[in-house]
Amino acid sequence: MIKIENVTKKFPGMEIPAVKDLNLEIKEGDICVLVGPSGCGKTTTMKMINRIHEPTSGSIYIDGQDALKMNPIKLRLDIGYVIQEIGLFPHMTIEENVATVPNEKKWPKEKTKKKVAEMLTLVGLDPELHGKRYPSELSGGQRQRVGVARAMATDPPIMLMDEPFGAVDPITRAKLQNEFLRIQERVGKTIVFVTHDIDEAIKMGDTIAVMRDGELVQHASPNDLLSAPADEFVSSLVGRNRSIKRLHLIRIREILSDLDRPKPAKVDTSVDDIRKQLDESDIRSVMVVDRDNKLKGIIGINDLKKKTGEQAADYIQELDQSVTSDATLNDALSVMLECGEGYVAVVNEDDQYQGTITLGDLLNVVKEDE
Amino acid sequence: MSQGINIYLYFSKVFTGDMFMAVGQDRPGLISRTVTYIGRRSDLIWDLLLEHLWLIIVSISIAVVVSVILGVIISYKSSLAATVLTICQIMMTIPSMAMLAFMVPFFGIGFTTGVVALILYSLLPIVRNTYTGIKEISPAVVESAVGMGMTEWRVLTKIKIPLARPVIMAGIRTATVMIVGIGAIAAYVGAGGLGELIFQGISRSHEPMIIVGAIGVSIIALAFDFVLSWGERRLAAVGKVREAKQ
Ligand SMILES: Nc1ncnc2c1ncn2[C@@H]1O[C@H](COP(=O)(O)OP(=O)(O)OP(=O)(O)O)[C@@H](O)[C@H]1O
Ligand SMILES: [Mg+2]
Repeated sequence: MIKIENVTKKFPGMEIPAVKDLNLEIKEGDICVLVGPSGCGKTTTMKMINRIHEPTSGSIYIDGQDALKMNPIKLRLDIGYVIQEIGLFPHMTIEENVATVPNEKKWPKEKTKKKVAEMLTLVGLDPELHGKRYPSELSGGQRQRVGVARAMATDPPIMLMDEPFGAVDPITRAKLQNEFLRIQERVGKTIVFVTHDIDEAIKMGDTIAVMRDGELVQHASPNDLLSAPADEFVSSLVGRNRSIKRLHLIRIREILSDLDRPKPAKVDTSVDDIRKQLDESDIRSVMVVDRDNKLKGIIGINDLKKKTGEQAADYIQELDQSVTSDATLNDALSVMLECGEGYVAVVNEDDQYQGTITLGDLLNVVKEDE
Repeated sequence: MSQGINIYLYFSKVFTGDMFMAVGQDRPGLISRTVTYIGRRSDLIWDLLLEHLWLIIVSISIAVVVSVILGVIISYKSSLAATVLTICQIMMTIPSMAMLAFMVPFFGIGFTTGVVALILYSLLPIVRNTYTGIKEISPAVVESAVGMGMTEWRVLTKIKIPLARPVIMAGIRTATVMIVGIGAIAAYVGAGGLGELIFQGISRSHEPMIIVGAIGVSIIALAFDFVLSWGERRLAAVGKVREAKQ
């Protein structure tokens, strides 16, 4: 648990404090997102927790202990730290980067090596393939993953993350967010997460702390923030499309099982059977899977006109994008818009078909809300 | 200074008329006399060459330690940086004869005086490059190191110096090549080395000695330049791969 009490931070030579009389309590295992316009003091608040900045006044407690009285090096070794610029060490390989904190803690070589491989795997990198490379040889998204792996290497109970997914394109970001939430479900760390993107805040946060000009305006769950914004500032930050914002809060798996969808066709199903199936319902296309239930593509009713006796495999159109069931409904919407289609296929991590979400499903969710 | 002018006049004479077997003169040409001289005094020449090398190696080694430490210190205390760099700059602008003469009362005649003077000359390039090399490291890299719990000493030795190393190496090369030349003048205060050949050659009007001394100095300078720039390129090549896109 992190408890920030009456904390004020005034930088030397600055007229107004960067953080003013801040009170904030973050429960163990929660992700608390600090959100607000640029310069409102999010980063400053976060950096006071690991004492990169010292508060001018006030106190910070971590699990009941006064952080300001602890040895800063010891304090920092037990707090994972990811910054927006990532700050990977360019002269060290990915493995060496991830091994930073284990080395500082003087772990035995074998233990470190095993842990590094485990962490890289956890964030979706191949230790064999990427471990010996240098940061400059990775893509932006991969570097962000390494940043997260490096911060988590010794399993610190607390993580500070300053716009950790800021420097990548929206699709990659959504993917990184979902992966991270999946990891968090398993590890249950106490996380302070800084962003200036309200959508990211709603998606990632167990609680959201909205800041303005160094002050805390509202600290509430995403749902409460959407339904009861404390003032004008919060409601304008949240924006008018609140019911659409709720799409961030619902995961695909939460609605997938309630949907009544036709069974996917197999690659060796005959075209006649597929046409019969489509004719009997009002659906105009059907997903096709292989023997292992892996998604192969889609067949539309128009593709099958006047074709007889052949296998589905001959008419499959591949899909550009799919989503996993732990993505949010908003992610699904993004992919639909991106591809210009009214549906998106849902798969699991092994690319096995789980179901389909359509634009209509999303509309139903939004409507229920109102 | 007058010596410089002498050398110039001398060489202009030598290289225009007297290069090869001069027509109508009974003396052999300069080149053949130089070759004869080398053959006759190869032991002496070799000794002086090694002495010169040793003078440079001792000076630059001490200078590297002193300058890197200075450079690191001013990277932490930026209020000192301007002062220290200016002092180093002033050192470099003092004419070498004046510097050497000034050293004699303190260190006497001999090797030590030469070494001290050469160290003072090599400060600026190395201190400056250490300082800028460290300052140019991306703040994000340093901050993430500190934020993850590295001590200041570990940040310096594991992050800052390795990242600044190519730049520091470039400074060391500049300094080394520069003091190889100044080292020849240090013979004036008895520091030994190939400068002795040059000075003696001038006072005795013995051209082959001057030529051998000058060429020896150039060879040492080129050799250091070659070796150090090779090392620098290796570091930079690795560094560049790592730094690109960061
Ligand atoms: N080291 C510093 N010295 C002086 N002033 C600072 C320092 N760091 C931050 N500030 C000031 O404190 C205020 C809050 O900065 P902070 O970095 O916390 O903002 P932020 O909310 O993280 O903004 P952003 O979304 O742009 O990252 C700003 O006015 C900034 O100029
Ligand atoms: Mg910030």
